[in-house]
Amino acid sequence: MSAPERAVVGADRRRRRVRWPLRGAHGVALLVLLVASLGPILWLAKAAVSTTQDTLRTPLELWPSGVDWDNLATAWYQAEISRYFTNTVWVVLGSWACQLLVATTGGYVLSVLRPRYAKLVTGAVLATLFLPGVVVLVPLFLTVLDLPLFGVSLLNTYWAVWLPAGANAFNVLLVKRFMDSLPRDVFEAARVEGAGPFRLLWSVVLPMSTPILGVVSIFAVLNAWKDFLWPLIVLPDPVLQPLSVRLPVIRDTVELDVFLASLFISMLLPIAIFLVFQRLFLRNAGLSGAVKG
Amino acid sequence: MKSLPFGSQASPNPMIRWVRGGGLSALILLLPLLLAFGYFGWFPIGRAVVMSFQQTNLVTDPTWVGLANFREVLGDPLFWTAVRNTGYFTLLALAFGYPVPLVLAVLMSELRRARGLFSVLAYLPVTVPPVVAVLLWRFFYDASETGVFNTILGWAGLGPYPWIQSTSWAMPSLVLQATWANAGATVIIYLAALTGVRAELYDAAEVDGAGIWRKIWHVTLPQLRHILLITLILQVIATFQVFTEPYLMTGGGPNRATTTVLLQIYEYAFRFGDFGAATALSVLLALFLALVSGVYFRLTRSWSTT
Repeated sequence: MSAPERAVVGADRRRRRVRWPLRGAHGVALLVLLVASLGPILWLAKAAVSTTQDTLRTPLELWPSGVDWDNLATAWYQAEISRYFTNTVWVVLGSWACQLLVATTGGYVLSVLRPRYAKLVTGAVLATLFLPGVVVLVPLFLTVLDLPLFGVSLLNTYWAVWLPAGANAFNVLLVKRFMDSLPRDVFEAARVEGAGPFRLLWSVVLPMSTPILGVVSIFAVLNAWKDFLWPLIVLPDPVLQPLSVRLPVIRDTVELDVFLASLFISMLLPIAIFLVFQRLFLRNAGLSGAVKG
Repeated sequence: MKSLPFGSQASPNPMIRWVRGGGLSALILLLPLLLAFGYFGWFPIGRAVVMSFQQTNLVTDPTWVGLANFREVLGDPLFWTAVRNTGYFTLLALAFGYPVPLVLAVLMSELRRARGLFSVLAYLPVTVPPVVAVLLWRFFYDASETGVFNTILGWAGLGPYPWIQSTSWAMPSLVLQATWANAGATVIIYLAALTGVRAELYDAAEVDGAGIWRKIWHVTLPQLRHILLITLILQVIATFQVFTEPYLMTGGGPNRATTTVLLQIYEYAFRFGDFGAATALSVLLALFLALVSGVYFRLTRSWSTT
């Protein structure tokens, strides 16, 4: 992303009359942004290693009675954050795998193979995108409770979170649109060489689609980590619950400093993933921000 | 747009021709999508419509009850409370959360070197898991004098304020947190759109003697018109489904001041086991949102075409 040579301010920048008040307002606004976004996160980092007394009495002073590193260990072991962290990782990995499987195979068939019914399926997938997620909340729960034709209940299994995650219309359409833009003569060439549909997907289309698979993956992981309402409903067994479901309960059962340390641990990985893949995020934030819930 | 043919041996049997032509492989490869959407997309949508006319209690078979669920939901004294609160949340979120990202994006687009850094900063709160953010802000909103926000405002001689403990402060407090958590994503969308604004337009406006504000009004905003219209309706649809914030921050209180429609749906289904009423309310909400979007797109169609 390179900045355009001149934007709104343009030549005005060079005019004295306008320069200083504008720069001043600009600076203040950016400073507010800095404090507003970083402030709460840094405060939590500080509070995670402060004593309860310090956090309650003087929340904005830096460790008046010393740094309390033990909070993190207490949260990890005694409050069993380690277990819920592992649960979250499982939830995330399975959801990611399901979304990737459905999006790649589905996108490939609808974009590259294009059987006669492809248009119909694409339309049906697109239709689910426009429906607010809340409509299916209860029927989806009953479906998971008694899976039609299989007659099994997925309640209290990770499948209840993983499988519905796969039905993500946004991913399918994203992958389809990307594959639509790939050169079709490459597919023709591979076919003439004798590659079947599976071989074509695995050896030609997938390697060419890595950029979009990266985008789908990154948002799949982050959204699965954020998910709260659905795991709350389908994983009533505390042993299986991810961090998001468990944190409100932990809040009432441990001391404040340990709770804040638990919150801190819970946001570390998503933030780290974002910072590592920030380019990928920021280039595509417009795509995903639109669709949630 | 023809399908890609595999294999070339012609066979008189159409079934074998279909299989050799890759028809079967295509179907097998489409199976994950068909199963996922069939079970967890299309089927529940159809079931929602059916269930809203049934009484379902998981023990006995569902029975048809006509419009009884809808009558129950609409007759619930909490219905209008929830509708009012949800409308109020949406309105506040628009008044507050809609201009903030736009202003930030316009300011950030003026930056050259530090723009990447500020993009990261703006997006950072979006990556904090909502449960963590809500529980953290719940602590910030501590109503005592040593609460985090009250301490900061105390430096300026303000407060202490009751925040989420007061019926009139609770909703604005929720909106403030939600704006903090979500604004970054919209900032990035606008920022991307702003880089698409052609520099010649600004030059032309300058030649005509336009100042900064007139340039923003006559060049920047019209160029963003399309994306602004879309983010507006998407934000309305998202805020109408708000759940995590009121559920974890206030539990719908104090005195039902933050009970939203989705909180009501959750209570019906998972507290009282009244799945019929829960689905009826979901269907009503979906119909309402469909109506709003339909009217909105009809009204704005003439503006959004450039």
